[in-house]
Amino acid sequence: MAHAEAHLTEAHAREGHGPQGFLWKYVFSKDHKVIGIQYYVTAMLMALIAGTLAMLIRLQLAWPEKTWPGLGNILSKGFSGGVMNPEFYAMLFTMHGTIMVFFVLSTAPVSGFGNILIPLQVGARDMAFPFLNGLSFWTFLPGCVVIVASFFVGAGAAAGGWTSYPPLSALRGSIPGSEWGQTFWIVGMVLFIASFTMGGLNFVTTILNLRTQGLSLMRMPLTMWSMFLVAILGLLSFPALTAGALMLLFDRHFGTSFFLPGGLVLSGQALPNQGGSPLLWQHLFWFLGHPEVYILMLPALGFTSDIISTFSRKPIFGHKAMVGAMLAIAGLSFVVWGHHMFVSGMSPYIGMAFAAFTMLIAVPSAVKTFNWLATLWRARIQLTTPMLWALGVVSLFISGGLSGIWLGQSAPDIHFHDTYFVVAHFHLIMAGAALFGVFGATAFWFPKMFGRMMNEPLGKLHFWFTFVAYYCTFFPMHYIGIAGHMRRLYDPYQYEFLKPLQGYNQFITMSAFVLGASQVIFFVNFFWSAFKGKKAGDNPWGGNSLEWTTSSPPGHGNWEGEIPEVHRWPYDYSVPGAEGDHVMQTDPAPIGDNAKSHG
Amino acid sequence: MGRLQGLLFALATLVLVVVSTALFTQDWLPPLKSDRGAIDHSIFITLVVTGLVFIATNLLLAFFTWKYQDQPGAVASYWHDNAKLEWSWTGVTAVIMFGFLFHALDLWAKVQATAPPDAMLVEVTGQQFAWNFRYPGPDGILGRTDAKLVDPAALNFIGLDKTDPAAQDDVILPQNQLYVPEGKPVKVLLKSLDVIHSFFLPNFRVKQDAMPGMRIETWFVPTAAGTYEIACAEHCGLGHYRMKGEIHVVAQSGLDAAVKKALE
Repeated sequence: MAHAEAHLTEAHAREGHGPQGFLWKYVFSKDHKVIGIQYYVTAMLMALIAGTLAMLIRLQLAWPEKTWPGLGNILSKGFSGGVMNPEFYAMLFTMHGTIMVFFVLSTAPVSGFGNILIPLQVGARDMAFPFLNGLSFWTFLPGCVVIVASFFVGAGAAAGGWTSYPPLSALRGSIPGSEWGQTFWIVGMVLFIASFTMGGLNFVTTILNLRTQGLSLMRMPLTMWSMFLVAILGLLSFPALTAGALMLLFDRHFGTSFFLPGGLVLSGQALPNQGGSPLLWQHLFWFLGHPEVYILMLPALGFTSDIISTFSRKPIFGHKAMVGAMLAIAGLSFVVWGHHMFVSGMSPYIGMAFAAFTMLIAVPSAVKTFNWLATLWRARIQLTTPMLWALGVVSLFISGGLSGIWLGQSAPDIHFHDTYFVVAHFHLIMAGAALFGVFGATAFWFPKMFGRMMNEPLGKLHFWFTFVAYYCTFFPMHYIGIAGHMRRLYDPYQYEFLKPLQGYNQFITMSAFVLGASQVIFFVNFFWSAFKGKKAGDNPWGGNSLEWTTSSPPGHGNWEGEIPEVHRWPYDYSVPGAEGDHVMQTDPAPIGDNAKSHG
Repeated sequence: MGRLQGLLFALATLVLVVVSTALFTQDWLPPLKSDRGAIDHSIFITLVVTGLVFIATNLLLAFFTWKYQDQPGAVASYWHDNAKLEWSWTGVTAVIMFGFLFHALDLWAKVQATAPPDAMLVEVTGQQFAWNFRYPGPDGILGRTDAKLVDPAALNFIGLDKTDPAAQDDVILPQNQLYVPEGKPVKVLLKSLDVIHSFFLPNFRVKQDAMPGMRIETWFVPTAAGTYEIACAEHCGLGHYRMKGEIHVVAQSGLDAAVKKALE
């Protein structure tokens, strides 16, 4: 069935791919590769903004007592007389989280690499709905503009935290950023969600219907599995946040009380609201929020599996278990949202169910780790830049995953909730694994993006600075978190028990500055290599999946002539009796354990 | 160049294991001053088990990366499935996780159990950016409050209805100053006037959000006399960082005198 529909849509897809003017080819493009690169580059620019916000957060946490006249001149609104304002600090952490989670780490791996890779890895001319795909990007971009513009309206950007808990986010007088900034936040998020939904529809349809002849689901690269699951997660979970965001908008502007209970008093004035519940927002938010962290992570896990297998010159170990583990993680991600709410006042009984499902997620996660380690065993490891990033993902997945066992137990979480222990946990596993996954994927699939190789020595330099600085920045946060250091504090040293931790915060800040500065290496490498890098052949890494059977970069329609047919899984490396050390998916030779199965 | 990268990755992983383990041997938790030692115990067990897994997996990662690097003549093995191995590590992980889970649920049930009947009741009301504390007084009943009666100028921060007979004997402590008896259960009734706050006692392993529209209970037993910090753990606005208070744990016999002195 997949085959027949692939041919039907092929004709459609080709229509939009004749010679076109610059505007229609590179700006309002319907080509998945161009759209993918548009998403990717936009996400990386957003990362620059969100990263800069993080640097300012760290500056404040290390030296809250100092004045910075230079910064006062540039950011006069945020620094009065060279001292950062508390409201500006709240905007920094709110927007850092919002931009990083949605506009960078959901966008670059999913919308970026998903678009670039799905048709190339499933053997399709383009995504199923190229127009919808273009529309998706042109909905995303205004979302970015609105989010960035929010810094310049009224009292500034949203300041209620990236989770935007009401009443803080609903009562316009409760914090300066809760004026127009929060409204812009809602509008930006709704645009983002709309664009992500269009993308998700495309992902699911393309993967289900446009796979080439012979490419059964179990023969897809694990990257494709991750994209498939991520799209389903997004389609099922984002509507909860859309609903929540619109309700919040109504509470803010049209006098409703979805999230506002009776008896509220703000600045000595009783408010007229009745009957709402702030807890409802938390349920809606985290119903999206928890699948969302897997939307960030699953692509990285997919990239990592494919990169590790390629550069180990060995099939991925436990392939079926890897698919099963991703399915289990994706499924469980819908029933664990309450572990963000153990101390919220939610019924302790339901907290037990959330703790139980949360602990279960450790099992498929451990399976993935052991399978990666087993893949490395007796391999022939080529430590290219993409491989280093993939090993970095494994390392971060171990470090960040294990602390999840601390937090998933509801009673110890009483002490850790909203401390830096949580900040350490999610920066290592969710943010770190996603970021390292994106860097690995960038170096790995750069040939298919720009037809050139990224510079290897620069890539390695970037990896080492980032890897070491990342650990120095986020690992010590475990210790200060155990010591009780809360999140989102403008000046932690108001508390006696946090005063001794200032030295650690200064170390973390200096590491963060190194981490931030080393990203310059990446941007230099990226732009230099895109234009001046060594020309890449069709298959520079000796990979097996379909994208390596076409030119670098692939032309419009992805393959000249017929779309290749698939005869095996993509993991036939070092097959005994084969010529060379790998057998492409298109090779019909009856060798390898997988050649006959999964037909 | 490839060999160097493998060596570097193995070394970096070893340094991570050694340094992080050494730091984890320090006692980072704030000194415990309540009956919630079981939480600390649970954290310790978790540290040991996850620590061992951390060390083991990282050592394997470092060793494999170093040992199985590409070199002339090397051949990777074509080995990609081993049902016995996979089922065993899945099973062992599941057993460990179930162990954690039963321990965690048991502890959670204990922490969330209803307060003993002899517990001393104190109402805690969060507001931007202060903590209000109230005892019910000799009648044991907290008097009525009403948002419309809140009047900061008259120091009626929680909107106490002074016409309610039950309110007559209520004791309202000075803002941000809580007095509790040593060795006796304290039942906290948490409320918020405006946004979400979180009542955090780092030394007591107590943290509970104060959710507008809800009255949430939690209880603990202070075990050592002294003065400790109260923090707000939920971002509640501009002044979140300075929404702090003090909890004074005093001998039961000296509690009335201490409260009286504080009210002067």
